[in-house]
Amino acid sequence: MSFARWIPAGLLAGACLAATAQDARKEIEKYQQMIADSSPVELFELEGEALWKKRQGAKNVSLEGCDLGLGAGALKGAYAQLPRYFSDADRVMDLETRLLHCMTTLQGRSREEATKRVFGNEDRLSEMEYLSAYIAAQSRGVPMAPGTSHPREKAAFELGRKTYFYRGGAWDFSCASCHGEAGKRIRMQELPQLFKPEYARPVVATWPAYRVSNSQFKTMQWRINNCFQQMRYPEPGYASDITVALAMFLTATGAGEPYRGPGTKR
Amino acid sequence: MQIGRRKNLKRAGATVAAALAAGLVRPRDVRAAWNKDAFGQKTLADALKSLNAATAADSKDILIDAPQIAENGAVVPVEITSNLPATKSIVVLIEKNPFPLAAKFDFLEGAVPFVKVNVKVGESSNVRVLAEAGGKYYVALKEVKVTIGGCGG
Amino acid sequence: MADPMKIRAGLKGDVADVRVLMNHPMETGQRKDSSGNLIPVHFIQEITVKLNGKSVIEAQVSQAVSRNPVFSFRVKGAKAGDRLEISWLDNKGDRNSTETALA
Repeated sequence: MSFARWIPAGLLAGACLAATAQDARKEIEKYQQMIADSSPVELFELEGEALWKKRQGAKNVSLEGCDLGLGAGALKGAYAQLPRYFSDADRVMDLETRLLHCMTTLQGRSREEATKRVFGNEDRLSEMEYLSAYIAAQSRGVPMAPGTSHPREKAAFELGRKTYFYRGGAWDFSCASCHGEAGKRIRMQELPQLFKPEYARPVVATWPAYRVSNSQFKTMQWRINNCFQQMRYPEPGYASDITVALAMFLTATGAGEPYRGPGTKR
Repeated sequence: MQIGRRKNLKRAGATVAAALAAGLVRPRDVRAAWNKDAFGQKTLADALKSLNAATAADSKDILIDAPQIAENGAVVPVEITSNLPATKSIVVLIEKNPFPLAAKFDFLEGAVPFVKVNVKVGESSNVRVLAEAGGKYYVALKEVKVTIGGCGG
Repeated sequence: MADPMKIRAGLKGDVADVRVLMNHPMETGQRKDSSGNLIPVHFIQEITVKLNGKSVIEAQVSQAVSRNPVFSFRVKGAKAGDRLEISWLDNKGDRNSTETALA
């Protein structure tokens, strides 16, 4: 017989409640650490490797000649130095934008075909998701270091920062509406203030990620797209300037954090 | 039972018996079929009864490592170690699941009675672990609270 | 049909710490597809772990095991060069098997 059950919640001392919140956070951290150890992400990396090496498109070549910033085919540490400016495309690009560029220019594929299914599902990931898993994994342990010196990189950062705080859409939301103040959460999920390095760092070090809630593997392009939808904004274009700018803002804010590899999240 | 089917069963039985007699198939190789009955039980009591484990004794030698709070019930990692001597098997039940029996691991010679498995927990529930040792079942519990996070995205 | 399993095994003395990743939907039969129809049950029922051809662990699991299952096991009396084989059988009769040599 437990008397605790009979004490109305309101009578619990404030200190008790604070302790409970702290315990909850610790237990959730334990959950996150335990699922990180048992993630099927490695299977996706294998599939991504096969796709990286697969000959495709009108030119019938693989993506192995794709330059992600460190030279053609150089993958070790490549994910960690994105987004960055590429002179051959005259654009700042994140991983998916750069992959799309290589698919169309190197492999001779149409943008329409290459982007037909960019977001997969639990039964089958998209080509972009498999590739992202494989390429991101090659940056494990490498400090996140997106481009910051080129004028276009600085402009992308500024656009990203502005966008983060820009209110619009049907609900007059900005990213900061949810990710703006300290100590906020949605249900049991804490909402990190991503414009602060201490909060951005663990986030940028763990995307793309396997999400156990729907068994899907998601990239940063998807994450931004979904946030727009959650805020009741129109869907952003895949690999559009605004998505790259936001990715730049977040990654640069979290720069220095060693990349942990594709993550596993709720 | 239709005559045709009975004939087939007899034939199959005869084949196995002959193989056993010829030493071609050791009894151990004839593995028990998936326990449809136990896995199909819809209450904890019925699942335990089906396993003949209704009277398991509490044991502190069964160690269950699982998060007290799971951010999502789709994947709940559970790590189990049995320090009971000669543990033959470990059984995992999620008490409030629609079908409580989740898994049964038989440890033959050469295996350590240890397992880590990800299970689905439909709602906050006890994870009940049975260990079979010395012909008896022992039990330990760990409560897992399932939460929902995020904006549905 | 099914993607290959990935086994990661590390030897600590004569105990092999084995982690295996499997690709399988582990459908409970309670989910609905986009048209509102129930997706039929489809899950791994039996798993076998063998060391040098001899079964050491035999498991029976249900649809309560998470999608894309990941298991950890420990096998003793193992040494470098030993063959570790893990196989599964699902409710549709599909099988999968992967082997690795312990290092």
